Formats: sequence, structure tokens, C-alpha cells
Amino acid sequence: MILALLVAVPLVFGLAGWALGRRNIDWSRWLTLAANAVNLVIVAVLWAGAAGGFTIGSSVPSSPWLAQLRWPWIPSLGISFSLSLDGLSLALLALTAFLGIASVLASWKGVTEKVGFFHFNLALVLAGVNGVFLATDLFLFAFFWELMLIPMYFLIDLWGHENRHKAAVKFFLFTQVGGLLMLVSIIGLAVVHSMASGSLTFEYTELIGTAMSPVVAMLLMLGFFVAFAVKLPAFPLHTWLPDAHTEAPTAGSVILAGLLLKTGGYGLIRFALPLFPSASHSIAPVAIAMAVAGIIYGGLMAFSQSDMKRLVAYSSVSHLGFVLLGIYVFTSQALSGAVLQMVSHGISTGALFILVGALQDRIHTRDMNRMGGLWKQAPRMGAAALVLAMALVGLPGLVNFVAEFLVLVGTWKVSMAATVLAGVGLVIATVYALRMIQMAFHGGPREKWDIPDLSVMETCVLFIMIGLLVGLGLFPQPLLQIVDKVVAGVLAVIPSGGGA
Amino acid sequence: MSASDLLGLFPLIMLAGASILVLLAAAFIRRLLVSFVVTLIGLVAALVFVGIAWPHLPLKVAALLSFDGFVLFGFVLILAATVFVAISSWAYLRGRDDEGGDYYFLLLLSSLGACILAASTAFASFFLGLELLSVSLYALIGWRRERAAGTEAAIKYLVLAGATSAFVLFGMALIYEATGSMDLFRLARISSADGLIAPVGLGMILVGIGFKLAVVPFHLWTPDVYDGAPAPVTAYIATVSKGAMVVVLARALGPAFVGNGGVSHVSTAAPPLVAAGFPWVFALIAGLSMFAGNLLALREKNVKRILAYSSIAHLGYILVAFLAGGPQALRAIAFYLVAYFAMTLGAFAVISALSSPEKDADDLEDYRGLAGRSPWTAAMLTTMLLSLAGLPLTAGFVGKFLILSAGAGAELWTLAVILAINGTISIFYYLKIVSVMFRGAEPSPARAGSAGNPLPAEPAPAGVPLSGTVRAPLLAAIAIAVLALAVVALGVYPAPFLSIIGTFTAAGG
Repeated sequence: MILALLVAVPLVFGLAGWALGRRNIDWSRWLTLAANAVNLVIVAVLWAGAAGGFTIGSSVPSSPWLAQLRWPWIPSLGISFSLSLDGLSLALLALTAFLGIASVLASWKGVTEKVGFFHFNLALVLAGVNGVFLATDLFLFAFFWELMLIPMYFLIDLWGHENRHKAAVKFFLFTQVGGLLMLVSIIGLAVVHSMASGSLTFEYTELIGTAMSPVVAMLLMLGFFVAFAVKLPAFPLHTWLPDAHTEAPTAGSVILAGLLLKTGGYGLIRFALPLFPSASHSIAPVAIAMAVAGIIYGGLMAFSQSDMKRLVAYSSVSHLGFVLLGIYVFTSQALSGAVLQMVSHGISTGALFILVGALQDRIHTRDMNRMGGLWKQAPRMGAAALVLAMALVGLPGLVNFVAEFLVLVGTWKVSMAATVLAGVGLVIATVYALRMIQMAFHGGPREKWDIPDLSVMETCVLFIMIGLLVGLGLFPQPLLQIVDKVVAGVLAVIPSGGGA
Repeated sequence: MSASDLLGLFPLIMLAGASILVLLAAAFIRRLLVSFVVTLIGLVAALVFVGIAWPHLPLKVAALLSFDGFVLFGFVLILAATVFVAISSWAYLRGRDDEGGDYYFLLLLSSLGACILAASTAFASFFLGLELLSVSLYALIGWRRERAAGTEAAIKYLVLAGATSAFVLFGMALIYEATGSMDLFRLARISSADGLIAPVGLGMILVGIGFKLAVVPFHLWTPDVYDGAPAPVTAYIATVSKGAMVVVLARALGPAFVGNGGVSHVSTAAPPLVAAGFPWVFALIAGLSMFAGNLLALREKNVKRILAYSSIAHLGYILVAFLAGGPQALRAIAFYLVAYFAMTLGAFAVISALSSPEKDADDLEDYRGLAGRSPWTAAMLTTMLLSLAGLPLTAGFVGKFLILSAGAGAELWTLAVILAINGTISIFYYLKIVSVMFRGAEPSPARAGSAGNPLPAEPAPAGVPLSGTVRAPLLAAIAIAVLALAVVALGVYPAPFLSIIGTFTAAGG
């Protein structure tokens, strides 16, 4: 019940906000904010329960799930409304609620047109993302997966920047092709399962361990892999990302980078590996190569950008390469590192997009060639940017360091070459992050800007986000602990995996 | 003829009676409302008699017609769709000071033809239904005589439909020559043992079926006719005329695929030709229809033409389920037909409501900023379009899922992947319409023509005199809302409806 609330609350509040927003526009802002706050409270309660060792609701004591919910939906097709929560979901749900709040606050002043519809779309994306992180019926998962896309398309297409129409279509095309191939794979898996067992079901826990020939397994796995790799995005499938991130409004970029990309990593860990362990094992070298290529390529591209938002977007390609790497080397450190990287990237990149958005609202350009010397004008903004740049670099003390370090340590045992190359990626990160600070905030002003510093609200949002980065950087244990069981469970099914 | 024969015939008799009544009434009282009400009464009476016939299934009338659960399902679909078309026609005609007696007469007559077609078991009844449907449509398509496009569309349809009718007749003659049978269901059992002439005849009949379904390569008439016909008639052509043909196709040729794995399997000694040699033809038609429909729609800027191309693709989807065969497939076809009917009727009902007396609202620019002017209308159209695109929370998503399941069950992997790819392509042009509706009145960069307009605040450029808001009559508005609700309900909680379909397809099959 409490799990359904996580999906229902944004939906209901978003609708209510849209309806009431016709009278007073602030309603939609406050209600969307409230929805996320409520979700954050729910997640906190669940987390406290999980950490305290007791479980909530109708959970089975011996199962890996912290809470489960199963309502019949389309029984004749073996489809149920089935939500389950484990540590991995919990961590990402917390991130969703947190970034939801941040994105509402970040667009409080910036969005002035169709405010009600904007927040409705925002709430709808968040409901879809929550659903994706919870669904354990594969049909339901595909359902939520698609549900995320439409509002995101609108967010980019209606409130984005100059080239928004093209970027929105490109985003939609890439993710939708992946999503539909995944749908075919899901149906294929259910059919294969029903041929073997005689009963049609889309329930994740029952589909695990379906016996099938290696060729079938590989084909079905590829359907999932492509969908998730596009979303992540893995190297050759990433081309939608720079455009979508650059053109989206600030809140859209925050959600896109902070949450939607994470659904790709989540899908790989939750579905692609456990459902097709041997096929995943045989594709691992390719995935690792894609990851390393992404880390280096993303870094080099980020270095050559003059558009600040595009720089951050390409840095995402680079950093999510670590996630892909961490998932496919099959060691417990690396996988924990990958999960940690998903959270840390969500917060740090979300914060960076908020910062760039705030800067663009003030000077109406993202071109770093026109900035320079902004530190004097806006010292708080400069300081925040510096800390966040350090997060891009992976400076010790910030959670990004812990995550990347864990991934590299875990990779070392499997592939020294990959570790070294990924390490080179970190060096490139130093170069582009410092270049960004130098061009925008240091040096003499190239043009005469007269801008106000961060407002109180912006300062608070960024301060909390940076605080979280530092806090988790110093004490990553609670987060690692909560995903520990999931990581062990996933690695247990991989052949010759788990050799940590 | 016995009493039980009459039970099956009564819905048809009701339609025939109502059509004559409409014509008679129009001779004395030339009022739109009268014709409209008589039509509605006739349709409802027919629906009631469908309900009365239901417990007595299966029924058979001579060798011409037979009624089982699936046929009655087709009847309900045809009649319900005609009710919706009648309602939106009423609003459409009223705005144009048309008393519409003969319009409703033709509408009822073509529904009668569609019902006969759906229930037909012999060549004679098949052809009778086909012609009754086509001939009424000729006149309906060219209804607005003052428009050249309408007349052109009617002539185009007339010539092509006439030619295909000739094909069908000749095909029937060939099959009779080869097999000595006029039984429609014999088609599914034609095998290589029947000689060389039979497959030729079968092919010719398939031309006729393909034409009515508007699948590639028999689709050429679709965009022009959709564009030229009045919006309610277009809705009718898109739904009823195609739906009836799908029902008869599934009934007559579907059995050939039962127990057959589909394309990948080649079975025993003298296999039915439809399943052994023709699946490639069907698979090719399905694949080409999906690709051609969706790709051609991409560059189109006329909403009616976009829907025309999209309907070609949707029939391609249905053919995938048809190829899969078996009860799974029948359920998928039935569900998809209902979904397709609801969303197509809904989309065209909105178009009708938006059309001005001078001009149908078919230009993409007519929809610019609609969400600002009439949020409810825009919401309805958005629902329909998202459902056509097969996105979640709508009937289209579940329908596509069922078809993919049926296809996967029969191991039609190639077609399943083609369907998935096409699902993506189609989203492009549906979203194009949706995002135009939600966009402001800004001139888009692609439209250099309207960019010269110095007053970007003015909605509906290109000189289209569209009224600021939509004033659909209450009844038409309710009809649209009912369809939108159906689309959403089927998408959110399809379980009860699937069991209803189960009883329909199981009864007296």
C-alpha cells in the first residue's frame, strides 16, 4: 500500500496542482513540492525501517524485499500490479524525491508560461520514475518506462531552449526504440517461460531462472540491454543526450541527468543481469569496452565544448561510463561503486545544472567564451561551482571520489587495462572541470556583466546538495549498507561472478 | 425459414427497415432531427436484437449467413460505431443547413452491408455485403458536392472499388471452376490439390479484401478519400468498412492459421494454401503496410491524411495478429479492433467538431494553440492520438501489447520487431500534432510562410477562419467524452473487457 502511494502521490498532487493552478499559479508549485516532500518522508520511514531491521507491511521475512505489494491487474495475461522494494530501489527513490524537490525549487522563478501544465508534467515524470524503481511485474515496468517519456518530451519541447523541438524528438526517438525493443524482449521472455512452465506470467521473481537456449537468451538480453544502454547512455548510443540536456529547461535537465539516466543503470542491475546471467556474462567484454570508450570520449568532448550546459552533459556520458563499467566487471566493490556513482552523479550533476540554469537566467547565454571573472560579481555562485567542479574531478571527501574509487578497485582484479584507461578519464575530468571554472569565473571579464549573486533559495538548494555530497563522501556506509544485500544477490547468480 | 433464422436476421431487418423509414420520413418531413432520431432508433433496435439473438448461438441462415460470437461482436462494433458516426454527422450536417435524409439512409444502408459482410459464409452474401457497403460509400464520400476534392475522392473510390469488385467476382468464378464450391470458408482449405486455377482465384479475392482494408499495395486511394470525404464519413470508412472486412477475414481465412506456428512452419501433405504459401504474402503485406503507412505519414501536414496513412499501418498491426492464428490472436484482433474503433472515431469526432462550415479542420496549423483555446477538446484529441501511438494508460498500448504477445506466441519475431520499430516511427507524427496543440501561437521556423506575419499573437494563420473556441453540440461532446473514457479505461484496467471479449470469441465459434 505504502509503495503504491509513492507512485500515486505525485500523480494526484500533480493533477490537483494543474486543476487548482488555473486559479492561482502558486498552487501547482506548492502541490508538486508537497508531493515530493511527502515521498521523501515515506522514503525516510522506509529507510529507517530497513536500517532498523524490521519490515513494513506484508513482506516475507526470508525474501530480499523490504516491502511488497501485489494487486491483480490483468489476470488472464498473468499481469499484476506488483511493486517491490529493496535497498537499491530505496536509494534511488530517495534520490528521486530529493531531486524532485530541487527541481521544483529551481524552476520556481524561471518558469512563467503554462506553469500548471509544467508542474503536472514534472509530477508525472517523477511518478513514472518511482514506478520504474519499484515495478517487479515486467509489463508494469514497461508501462512505467514508457510513462516517463511523454512528460519529459513535453518538458523539453515546450519549455526548452532554442533548438528544443529537434532535441525533444531526438530524445524521444532514441529512448522509444529502446523501450519498444525491450517490450518485445519482455513478451518473448514471458512466452519462453510459459512454454516451459505452462503458465503465462510477467512477474519478475517467477521469470528469474527461466531456462532457455543461449541464443534465445542472448537475443532477449540484447533487447533489454539496448533499452538500458540508450538510457544510461552507453557510448555509441549516447548521441541524444547532449542535445536533450542542453535544450531542456533547468528542471528538465536535473531530472533527465539525475533520474532518467539512472533508470538505465537500475534496469541493468535489476533486470538484465539477474534474468540473463550467462548472456550478460558473455557480453561483459563488449560492455566494458563501451564503458571505457564512453569515459574517455565523454571527457574529451566535454573538454572541447564552449557551451557550459553541453560540457556538463558530456561529463555525464563520461561519469555514467563508470556505472556501466562497475556493473559489468561483476565484483562486489565495483557494483557497489556503480550504485554509489548513480547517486553521486545524480546529486552533483543535478546541482551543476541548477547552477548553469541560474547563470543562464542572469546572463542569457551559456557560452563560456562570453563569461569570465564572474567570481567577483557572484562569489557564492563561484564557490558552489568550484565545489561541484571538484565533484566532477572526483576529489576525495566528496562521494564521487568514493564511487569512482570503488569502481576502479573492483575493476583492477578483472581488467588492468580497463582500470588504467578509466583512470585516464579522471585526468581528463580534471582538465575540463578546471577549464570550466577558469573560463567562467576566473580571469578578467570578457563582457560587462552586472548580475546578482545566488538568491537565498538557490543558495539553500545548492548548499544542501553540496552538503549531501560531502556527507556521503565522508560517511558512505549507510548507503553502501542498504545496497549490500542487492549487490550480493545479483552477483550470486552470475557465473564465475562474485569473485570479490 | 424457421423462427431461429429470424433471430439472427432481426438486427439486419432492423437496419433495412430503419433505412427505408428514414427515406420515407424524409419525403414528408425534411428535418435533420427526424432523420437523425429514426436512425438512432433503428441502430438501438438492431443492438437490442443482437442481445436477443445472443443466447441462441450459433445460428445459421441457409448457406448464406451464419452467426457466432465473433460475428455478433462485429455487429455490436459496427452498430456502436455507426451510432457515434451518426451523432457526429448530425453536428456536422446541422452546421451546414443540410436536412440529411438521404445521408442517414445511405449510412444505415452501408451499415447493413457491413453486417452482411461480417456474417457472410458464401460468395453470394459476401459480394452482396461488399457492394452494399461500397455503393453507399460512393455517395457519402462525395457528399459535399461543392468541393472538388470531395467529388474527386468519390470518383477515385468508385473507379478503384469497381475494379476490385470485378477482380473479386472473377476470383470467385475461378474458385468455383476449380473446386465446385461457393462456400467462403472453403477458401481456407484450398490446397495445391485444387489445381492451379484456385490459387489465382484466391489471389483475386485477396485483392478485394486488401482494397477494403487499405493495406499496401492496395492503399493508394486512402489519403485522397480520407481527405476529400466529410470528417464523419472518413471516420466511418476508417472504422466500419475496415472492421467488417477484418471480421470476415478472421472468420474465413483465420482457421487456416490455427494450430499453425505461422510463417516459420510448413506442415503436412496438402497444407492449406493460405497458411503454407500465402503467409509470406500476408507477412509482406503486413510489413509493407506498417512501414509505408508510418513513413508516408511522417512528412504529411494534413491531419486527415496523417490519420489515413496511420490507418494503413494499424491494419498492418492487425494483420500481424491475424497471421499468428489461434484464440490468442482472435482476442488480440478483437481487442485491437475495439481500441482502433474508439480512438479513430474519437479523433475524427474532434476533427468534425473543429471543422467550420467552409472547411474541414484538416491542416496541422488549424490545431496550433488549441490547448490554450479549448483545453478539453485538446485533451480529448491528445488522448486519442497518444492511444493511436500506443503509449501507456491508453487502449492502444494494451492492444499493441496483445498483438505482440500473439505474434511472439506464434514465433513471428521478425514481424514483432518490425511492429516495435513502427510503433516508434508512428509516435513522431502523432506527437507532432499533439505538440502543435500545446504550443503557443508562435510561428514555427519550419513555416516560413506564416513567419512573415507580424502579429504572432493571432492564432490559426494561413487564413483559416476558425472560430476561437469549439462549440460542439452537447450530444457530440458527450460522445467524444465517452470514447475518451473508453480509451483510458481499456488502457488502465483492461481485465474485465478482456473477459467479455473472451465470451464473445468463445461462444458458438
